[in-house]
Amino acid sequence: MQWGSASEFFAMGGYGLYVWTSFLATALCMVWEVLALWRRRAAARAEQRAAMLGGTDETAA
Amino acid sequence: MIWSKYSAPQAFYPLAGRLIPWFAAVAIILMVVGLYMGFFVAPTDFQQGESYRIIFVHVPAAWMSMFLYVVMAIWAGVGMGLNARLSFMMAQAIAPTGAMFTFLALLTGAMWGKPTWGAWWVWDARLTSELILLFQYAGVMLLRTSIDDLRRADRSSAVFALVGVVNVPIIYYSVQWWNTLHQGASVSMATGSKMAATMLMAMLIMTIAFWMYSIAVILARVRCVMVERESLPTWDDKPAVIHEAVEAR
Amino acid sequence: MSHSSMWDSISGIIQRDLLLAMRRWSDAAMSVFFLVIVVSLFPLGVGPEPAVLRTIAPGVLWVAALLTCLLSLSRVFTPDYLDGVLEQMVLVPQPLSLLVLGKVLAHWVISGLPVVLLSPLLGLQFGLDGEALGVLVLSLLLGTPTLSMIGAIGAALVLGVRGSGLLVALLVLPLYVPVLIFGAGAVTSSMAGIGGEANLSLLGACLVLSLFLAPWATAAALRVALE
Repeated sequence: MQWGSASEFFAMGGYGLYVWTSFLATALCMVWEVLALWRRRAAARAEQRAAMLGGTDETAA
Repeated sequence: MIWSKYSAPQAFYPLAGRLIPWFAAVAIILMVVGLYMGFFVAPTDFQQGESYRIIFVHVPAAWMSMFLYVVMAIWAGVGMGLNARLSFMMAQAIAPTGAMFTFLALLTGAMWGKPTWGAWWVWDARLTSELILLFQYAGVMLLRTSIDDLRRADRSSAVFALVGVVNVPIIYYSVQWWNTLHQGASVSMATGSKMAATMLMAMLIMTIAFWMYSIAVILARVRCVMVERESLPTWDDKPAVIHEAVEAR
Repeated sequence: MSHSSMWDSISGIIQRDLLLAMRRWSDAAMSVFFLVIVVSLFPLGVGPEPAVLRTIAPGVLWVAALLTCLLSLSRVFTPDYLDGVLEQMVLVPQPLSLLVLGKVLAHWVISGLPVVLLSPLLGLQFGLDGEALGVLVLSLLLGTPTLSMIGAIGAALVLGVRGSGLLVALLVLPLYVPVLIFGAGAVTSSMAGIGGEANLSLLGACLVLSLFLAPWATAAALRVALE
């Protein structure tokens, strides 16, 4: 373990801005991708449901 | 052959649904382990200080960007050769994730380049060819969305993906073929690694984590694509919806 | 198929396309004017400093050649697509890739060759001297056929697609990058006294590779577009 304190850890030897931006950007991209897929799945299902119930009950979607 | 059974979307859809949680769980566990090793076990680099820790996301993202392109091209080629719908759907599902990793490789590369080279961006062979890879992903996706006919959209983007695959070896070997600013490969089969064992370990764990993440996300996306494309009932996981539909009739 | 009939089918296509181009010579003339205008914009934008112009000359001339080729790509297949000739071509017994090769070579004669012939004059405008001018012409002679070859793939992919003009640029320009780097690199290194041979042989390799692979990929793309 090379970190004396939490602030030392977050400073990353003076490179904190670069290191944390990289990791944060990666995390955000992944979270965003998963959320976008979630919404896409919900939309696709809703549409399909509407198609299956189509004609009889339009409000089901 | 067991694989032929799953080449039909109706069979692949529930299989993918069952696999996703496993790949996602492995991805999360490996990411936690990899990040712990990367930040708390791996030592400070004697040349680059702490800034080198960016490689724990940069190198896996760059590897995945190239690897996913090759996998996408293989699915595209299989689709063209065997006329298989599922293959084209896989190629379609891979492109956005590959593009995301290409973008991340470029972004984290800039974050690493600024403190190390003093510039966010340099026009060297590896950066340029990685940028071209991003354009190729964009081309594959835009070509698909520009063509309304699904069959032609599948095949046209497959042809373009296959043509663009020549760029991948150029990216990979660019650091060897041209004497560039970008440092040489961190890991090499011939000479072994130049890094400390724990650094290498953390990087490899993160790479496998990104790989598992990609599989989970791509399987989830290919399921969406299937539902959007095929006007079939959602095959396995919402019997209630089907009952509802039947009762409504 | 015998050797001579292969050549017959290629040369037949080339003759036909050249004849059609001669009837509509204004199309080819437009490409040439476009090239000259684009190249002339740079000294006006950057300023007339001779040293600066000499430095940017290889890149500017090569980018202009790239854009000229790009703008003429819609003429490779679209006219034949619109009047139905292309569908006949898919059905004839000769391999489609050979016919494609003929069409691409004709496209090069119409839009690439004028660029090569005009380049010494444009090079002089930028203050390039003897050897660099020679390397410039040679690099364009080796590089512009590759541009036509790669461009034809893109042109076939976007055939009849909405917004095809911008789309083809997006597909083709990334693939042009190696040719641009080697082409401009040849001229730059010859100006630096290193000699452009290394880059010229890479350009030659690109040409050979594209001669083998591009007609085949273009034929596949045409089949997809026409089915």
